[in-house]
Amino acid sequence: MDLITQTWPWYVSGFIIGMVMLLLNYFGKVFGMSSNIRTLCTLAGADKFAEFFRFDWKSQIWNLVVLLGAMIGGFVAVHYMSDPTNVDINPKTIEQLATLNIDAPNGKLAPQALFGNEVFSSPKVLIILLIGGILIGFGSRYAGGCTSGHAISGLSNLQIPSLKAVIGFFVGGLIMAHFLLPLIF
Amino acid sequence: MKFIKYLLVGFLFGIVLTKSEAVSWYRIYEMFQFQSFHMYGIIGVAVFTGIIGIQIIKRKNIKDIEGNPIIIADKEKGSFRYWVGGLFFGLGWALVGACPGPIFILIGAGFWSVAVILLGAMIGTFIYGLLKDKLPH
Repeated sequence: MDLITQTWPWYVSGFIIGMVMLLLNYFGKVFGMSSNIRTLCTLAGADKFAEFFRFDWKSQIWNLVVLLGAMIGGFVAVHYMSDPTNVDINPKTIEQLATLNIDAPNGKLAPQALFGNEVFSSPKVLIILLIGGILIGFGSRYAGGCTSGHAISGLSNLQIPSLKAVIGFFVGGLIMAHFLLPLIF
Repeated sequence: MKFIKYLLVGFLFGIVLTKSEAVSWYRIYEMFQFQSFHMYGIIGVAVFTGIIGIQIIKRKNIKDIEGNPIIIADKEKGSFRYWVGGLFFGLGWALVGACPGPIFILIGAGFWSVAVILLGAMIGTFIYGLLKDKLPH
């Protein structure tokens, strides 16, 4: 049982993620999660406002099904395959987070301070989540892909544009983690 | 029935991203602080597996499940959109600790607050759709 409930090692996880991408290739598709958000915008009526959303969304149903499977996978993994020893991050990281008033994991995937249900009564946290989402949505479409489409699919296919995007992801991430997060919290 | 294989692959993806903790805000923070090898290991092995697999597909001309050649389109050439779009994305990724896959996985797992991130991501995508022709690419 431990093998299932413990944190899966990086070499096992990385291999399975690579295989997920290859399986989708074998099904004649390309792995990329952020394009689903565009499809959702179209379904929500964005095609009335911009040409970008006028496309045959039915050609993307397979990707929405992948997404649905992923949501069920997340549910099963959190509810039936986890253990309080999970999310065993570096003690130094925990100390650093404490200075930002962010709670330690203790087996949780996400801090209460940012993701607990009490955030629905905290305008500051709601705005942080919303702005984070806007940056992700805008950035992934501008760059033409996200971690799955560029970092995994693109780099695996030795695409230079993807390398540029991934460097951009990390530069943005480092700026946020080192300079902006301490100002926000 | 033709969609069941996508549901299964998605299920596997949701399990592995959760069990590897790549969906965890903590793991993303730790990665950007260079305090653990874990996330770099995951991304590195995934890309390594992908490179080998795609080379095999290309060299052996492996066909897809329906017998058609597997064609993986090259990304459009360019620079500006990748650097700048990537930068925006990275700022958001490190702020809320979730990229598009994990956003959905976490909502599935019952983290309702992540729906706010999804709403933001839809707004961000919508803004891009409105501005697309005015933005330098």
